[in-house]
Amino acid sequence: MLHRLDELDLSGGAHDHPKPGRAVRIGIGGPVGCGKTALVAALCRVLRDELSVAVVTNDIYTTEDADFLRREAVLDAERIVAVRTGCCPHTAIRDDVTANLDAVEDLVERFDPDLVLVESGGDNLTATFSYGLIDRQIFVIDTAGGDDVPRKGGPGVAGADLLVINKVDLGPLVGADTDRMAADAARVRDGKPTALVSVRTAPIPEIVDWVRAQVRVTA
Amino acid sequence: MPAPELWLLADSRLPTGGHAHSGGIESAVRRGLVRAPDDVAAWLSGRVPTAGLVTAAAAAAACALLDSRGDDPSALVAREFPSRGDGTTTGPDWEPWDAAISARTPVAALREVSRQQGRAMLRTVRAAWPHAAVTGLGTRPHQALVLGVATAAAGGTPTDAAGLAVHHLVGQVCSAAVRLLGLDPLALAGVHARALTAHGPVVGKAADAGTTAAGAAEADLLPTATTPLPEVLAVLHARSEGALFAS
Ligand SMILES: Nc1nc2c(ncn2[C@@H]2O[C@H](COP(=O)(O)OP(=O)(O)O)[C@@H](O)[C@H]2O)c(=O)[nH]1
Ligand SMILES: [Mg+2]
Repeated sequence: MLHRLDELDLSGGAHDHPKPGRAVRIGIGGPVGCGKTALVAALCRVLRDELSVAVVTNDIYTTEDADFLRREAVLDAERIVAVRTGCCPHTAIRDDVTANLDAVEDLVERFDPDLVLVESGGDNLTATFSYGLIDRQIFVIDTAGGDDVPRKGGPGVAGADLLVINKVDLGPLVGADTDRMAADAARVRDGKPTALVSVRTAPIPEIVDWVRAQVRVTA
Repeated sequence: MPAPELWLLADSRLPTGGHAHSGGIESAVRRGLVRAPDDVAAWLSGRVPTAGLVTAAAAAAACALLDSRGDDPSALVAREFPSRGDGTTTGPDWEPWDAAISARTPVAALREVSRQQGRAMLRTVRAAWPHAAVTGLGTRPHQALVLGVATAAAGGTPTDAAGLAVHHLVGQVCSAAVRLLGLDPLALAGVHARALTAHGPVVGKAADAGTTAAGAAEADLLPTATTPLPEVLAVLHARSEGALFAS
């Protein structure tokens, strides 16, 4: 269920609109293990036939995420690039986005994609993307990380263009009150959308539509 | 008093991608060759007077090629190059300098690292010093050349360019050592400070060599020196799985 979809201005938020004719860059951030790679894989599987897609991963220790995506064959292997972040995943997406910019620009030059997904290395709740690197950002948290996370807010939860609360399937098992998570998120997000999903176990049409809408504004 | 904008070039927070490079030390750390602050200092004693000297001299030369202040250090920031008919300015012919750096960087992996960092620094220079004479540098120049150009654009001298090159190498190694080994950052600040003093003569030598080479328009006059083990480790690093740093 996508909350407040009806109130959502799909043409974009407070930030500059991506330029027409240019690949839309969407950052996907959130703590380690929340389901970022699973989300990237799911988006690629659904969108690859209608859009030209490329992916940059920021693995902390290995090229694990890129390898997983290549193994799952969600895209042609050469459309998935891993960036090394020198032990500092949040620096690489916010304070000094050089390595990621290089990777995105190389992919754009090579494939002229409609959409580039940049998965962050996974860090704490304060790690958000610089809009110098991306046009839109999705912040992912999960029910297993504690249902008080949305209440605590922070730049990712409060500011992301789309908040994804993942692993709703695990909610009952870990004692997470997902309704409360949604309500707390709505309170700090000032009308920006939140999606409650189980990326691994169920389709995610609301997120796919949101991504499509971001790409459409530049078409 | 150095030109105020030079501080920016000395600041590791300037976004030029340096934080993702370890100056080669990750590969040594992984093999147990570097474990303690003293080992870091020893690593720098091997690397700064060799590969560091080459890079610093090339940066000094690039700065000197743009610098025509002559005897008056406060006179001019960057030399005016005659403009072509099409409105673009001519600059130094960078090609021999680019080739000279490549020839002095024996390992392909490190030539690639130098170009990666050069590309990144070029982006930063364009944003911070739009007037900088970057014409003709291409899209992936060696980092030393871009650093020299940036130094000139910021109002610095060839000695400043050489000093910055050494400072960047030392800083990259020290901060990577803190992250990789969990060493005391204060101890590494000490290593950094002592290395800058100890290798001051390298800066002087690099500045002289670079200025002489630029004055003679002879890239071949740049110094040649390296240390084989770090070069080999750089190759292994580039091939390795699971490295944290890009180099
Ligand atoms: N139960 C459940 N597990 C999930 C879900 N999404 C992802 N996972 C699992 O959570 C683990 C971490 O996912 P991953 O996508 O690698 O997280 P990342 O570190 O954020 O990239 C993996 O074992 C996934 O299969 C979900 O919706 N439900
Ligand atoms: Mg991941």
